Amino acid sequence: MALTEKDVLYVADLAHLELTDQEVKKFVPQLDSVLEYVQKLNQLDTTKVEPMAQVSISTADNVALRSDHAHPTFSQEDAIKSAPEPGGGCFKVPHVIERG
Amino acid sequence: MDLTNLTIEEIQQTLVRREASAEEITRAHLDRIQQKDHEVRAYLSLCEEKALDQAKRVDQQISAGEPLLPLSGIPVAVKDVIMTRGLPTTCASRVLENYTASYNATAVSRLESAGAIILGKTNCDEFAMGSSTENSGFFPTHNPHDLTRVPGGSSGGSAAAVAANLATVALGTDTGGSIRQPAAFCGVAGMMGTYGRVSRYGLVAFGSSLDHIGPFGRSVRDIARVLKVIAGRDPLDSTSADAPVENYEGAMDGSVRGLKVGVPGEYFEGLSPEIGGNIEKGIALLEKLGCEIQPVHLPHTEYAVSCYYIICTAEVSSNLARYDGVRYGYRAPEYSDLRDMYRKTRNQGFGAEAKRRIMLGTYVLSSGYYDAYYLKAQKVRTLIARDFVEAFDEVDVIITPTSPILPFKLGERVDDPLQMYLADIYTVTASLAGIPGISVPCGKTQGDPSLPVGMQILGKHFGEARLLQVADAFEKAGGFGLD
Repeated sequence: MALTEKDVLYVADLAHLELTDQEVKKFVPQLDSVLEYVQKLNQLDTTKVEPMAQVSISTADNVALRSDHAHPTFSQEDAIKSAPEPGGGCFKVPHVIERG
Repeated sequence: MDLTNLTIEEIQQTLVRREASAEEITRAHLDRIQQKDHEVRAYLSLCEEKALDQAKRVDQQISAGEPLLPLSGIPVAVKDVIMTRGLPTTCASRVLENYTASYNATAVSRLESAGAIILGKTNCDEFAMGSSTENSGFFPTHNPHDLTRVPGGSSGGSAAAVAANLATVALGTDTGGSIRQPAAFCGVAGMMGTYGRVSRYGLVAFGSSLDHIGPFGRSVRDIARVLKVIAGRDPLDSTSADAPVENYEGAMDGSVRGLKVGVPGEYFEGLSPEIGGNIEKGIALLEKLGCEIQPVHLPHTEYAVSCYYIICTAEVSSNLARYDGVRYGYRAPEYSDLRDMYRKTRNQGFGAEAKRRIMLGTYVLSSGYYDAYYLKAQKVRTLIARDFVEAFDEVDVIITPTSPILPFKLGERVDDPLQMYLADIYTVTASLAGIPGISVPCGKTQGDPSLPVGMQILGKHFGEARLLQVADAFEKAGGFGLD
């Protein structure tokens, strides 16, 4: 396994992270050593093993489902209180679609 | 009379006998925080006014002759990844530096309904990712036993607050050991219940299939009291369990004679004698109390760190995608367009460990790698969980060390993430299996400095009462101070 700077930049792009050159240089060996270490799992034959996505130990049927009825939730004011740029009761963002 | 080193029961006796008011008890803690916390740095923020208001309400209830609630007048610290309405909830991240929670976590609502007095929010690793509290976006916390050393993590602030008598009990969160390991490092007790035992509603998500809220205390009985209050089904968390909440304190009175205690050899291979020696004395003490000690095997233990760091980073990369500078938290001051805003916001807001985990998680979920890493890890998770099911066919509880390392010096390990991850080996297994675990103090090391050692007790799904019973018997027999 040899992770390259290009790999790190590609993954950073997928994750919406704009890394500095210094960060890229620091992360390449650190991430590489972790990815190398976890190869250990390949020592195990898991062809007949079911994957476990969640600890599921509920004692009643359909416990994950609740009745679907409306109940009071946050006010608009509360919902935007911690927004970096609230405006007109909404979250303001830069232009998403350029004007023609 | 020092009001800051009491147990829950002692505080409540003090209140009932009118030897001190809830307000006096709260003020004593706030004063001690003023005096001590500049060196420990357990708290990120305090809510003095709210705490004193709540204390006065408790005093009025007592004056009116109303019976005490389970936590009436008890000063509590809450880890800053847990939502507390109207108070800052920063997750120790620059991303949420100015964030105020707009609702309460269910665990917090339940604490308050039980009369608890929240003193403030405690420091932790950013978004609970780390094992030393050095990944806090603000400042590190120091171990009260030796201020040059880390308190463990990620719930290092909560553990240090309880250890330094800056709160009677505290809430922490545990994803791969973040309650149990700092409990061990700070010489207090800390517990993670079965996955789903305590609602995660209002816990800022890190690894959703692994996250737990749980208590810290200086005595097992205090932990049992808090767990009883916060546990139980919550319609706001679809993964919270509907299994009945037992009377944990009631279960403590029985004898542990005849209980089968398993000791897995895998957890002692290569363990340093200064830790192993104490754990062996702890096991000998349980044997003296009448427990039957027998070996058990957990053969997939050596794969647990790999399995855990694939699954948790995958979940991190997904859960931390929401910090994009739109709805809450930090937004970069300058950017060219929407995408640039996301990228700059996230890179300026997150610390190094958060970025590493987001990158690892994105990598293992990315096209072409999903099956080799993520799916593989999920299958190995099944094997690790199965190990425990088989072991618990033979024994009632399992004893292990909580951590293979002692509290280390601040700064000593920050540049080697893999070494940090490997030290989580004894705690990530229970997290992956979803079983409950408690870390209790098990004496201190010989020599100078003499540092706390933690012993972990693991149990079956929903076996919290049994765990607490064993832990309580261990405490009563002098195991915490062990010599």
